[in-house]
Amino acid sequence: MGKGAFIRDYLCVFLHRFFEPPRSMIIRHTKRLAFSALLMGASIIAFAQTDGHDGEEPHEQMSHSTHDAHDTHDAHDEFIAGEYIIHHISDANEIHFFGNVSAPLPMIIYVEGKGFDVFMSSAFSSDGDPHDVHAIKTATGPSTGTVYIKDPETGLRSEGGEAFWDISITKSVFGMLFIFSMLIFMLRAMAKSYSKNPGKAPSGLANVLEPLVLFVRDDIAVPIIGKTKSDKFLPFLLTTFFFIVASNLLGLVPFIGGFNITGTIGVTIVLAFVVFFITTVNGNKHYWGHLFWPPGVPNLVKLLVVPIEVFGMFLKPTVLMIRLTANMSAGHIIILSFVSLVFIFNQNYGGVAGIGMGVFSTLFMIFMYFLELLVAFLQAYVFTLLAAIYFADATQEPHH
Amino acid sequence: MELLNILFEINTGHGLAALGAGAAAIGAGIGVGLIGKGALESMARQPESSDDLRANMILAAALVEGVALFGIIICLLVVLG
Repeated sequence: MGKGAFIRDYLCVFLHRFFEPPRSMIIRHTKRLAFSALLMGASIIAFAQTDGHDGEEPHEQMSHSTHDAHDTHDAHDEFIAGEYIIHHISDANEIHFFGNVSAPLPMIIYVEGKGFDVFMSSAFSSDGDPHDVHAIKTATGPSTGTVYIKDPETGLRSEGGEAFWDISITKSVFGMLFIFSMLIFMLRAMAKSYSKNPGKAPSGLANVLEPLVLFVRDDIAVPIIGKTKSDKFLPFLLTTFFFIVASNLLGLVPFIGGFNITGTIGVTIVLAFVVFFITTVNGNKHYWGHLFWPPGVPNLVKLLVVPIEVFGMFLKPTVLMIRLTANMSAGHIIILSFVSLVFIFNQNYGGVAGIGMGVFSTLFMIFMYFLELLVAFLQAYVFTLLAAIYFADATQEPHH
Repeated sequence: MELLNILFEINTGHGLAALGAGAAAIGAGIGVGLIGKGALESMARQPESSDDLRANMILAAALVEGVALFGIIICLLVVLG
């Protein structure tokens, strides 16, 4: 068989798998995990290699704090995959589009006893190259005169050691504000269209969003929580679902800064806390009874079961938080690892290898993007489903 | 990140972290594979209950995957933290 035929057959299999209905979801899931493990391995190897270039023992290098590692890398043109990836998935005070093009975001800092400082993040400057990501940059607060030092390693601090609260509009906050305004606009328009022509088939925006709303109501809330009680929880479930879907999808749009909203632990911790709060507040006698005094369990076993149950009460929202963060971050890491592979091959094996890897990486990145589209919806579904299950646990009536 | 930096500042951690990521993937692979096997067998026996099974299958897969990602995130923090 010729090479062309092989590639054609491979593409056929590849495309066929793609456009199949999502019944092979689980196969893709396994694949995704295998991929992430593979790529993480790849970036670990890359790490060891770039470290070895300094002529130092990699082990010794790693035992240093990362700050020392930077000083030894006096030439920053060396590509370090791990650093590059972490830089791109973490929150920032600017929206970085491509190359050296980025949009500044406002910094809002409250210095204790002095008041608020509001300035743009473009005010941060350093002596050297303004686009150097490793440079320590400084800025002076316009109203309090505090000098702020932004160290890429340790974060923001003030020169005089003053205590301050950083409530800046960061990239994630900006993305969330954008999503909030977009959702309010879209969902209000949808609600309005129902009151405008009642009893008629939905059109326009309402037509797009109605299946999603019905999906959350008929496939998540009603079967799990029950018809009578689900009305109480439906607003929260719908809000969470739409927020997570929208922020996951915003993270997939290229060239607008790579928002990683649901991959930021601060966002998911709040979502999980709200789920925990609603579960706890709505817990009925039956729920608390089963938690602290499970009926039909021997007293000695209760000693073992009750701590586990109480621990589980806190563990559930924690796992909810980690699942969403890890899944969305993993998606970004996989795509960024493919980008990194191009640079690693270019650096270690020359330009031709870099170009070859570029073709390969681009194909796989397109594949991963489609997979991430699926995961964006899947994770929103899983989060909403588990939240609904916890609410159902808290509100179910005794049936024995 | 800072706390985890201190917690994971061990010299031998990096190679072991790679093994850990692999172990997490193996565990998740077995887990998700078993779920897929169970779901497919049940769907083949009772095609009419496919929709219910699919929802539960995704839920179970998500639970397994959550644990695996937990492991992989810790491995990642060891290497990069």
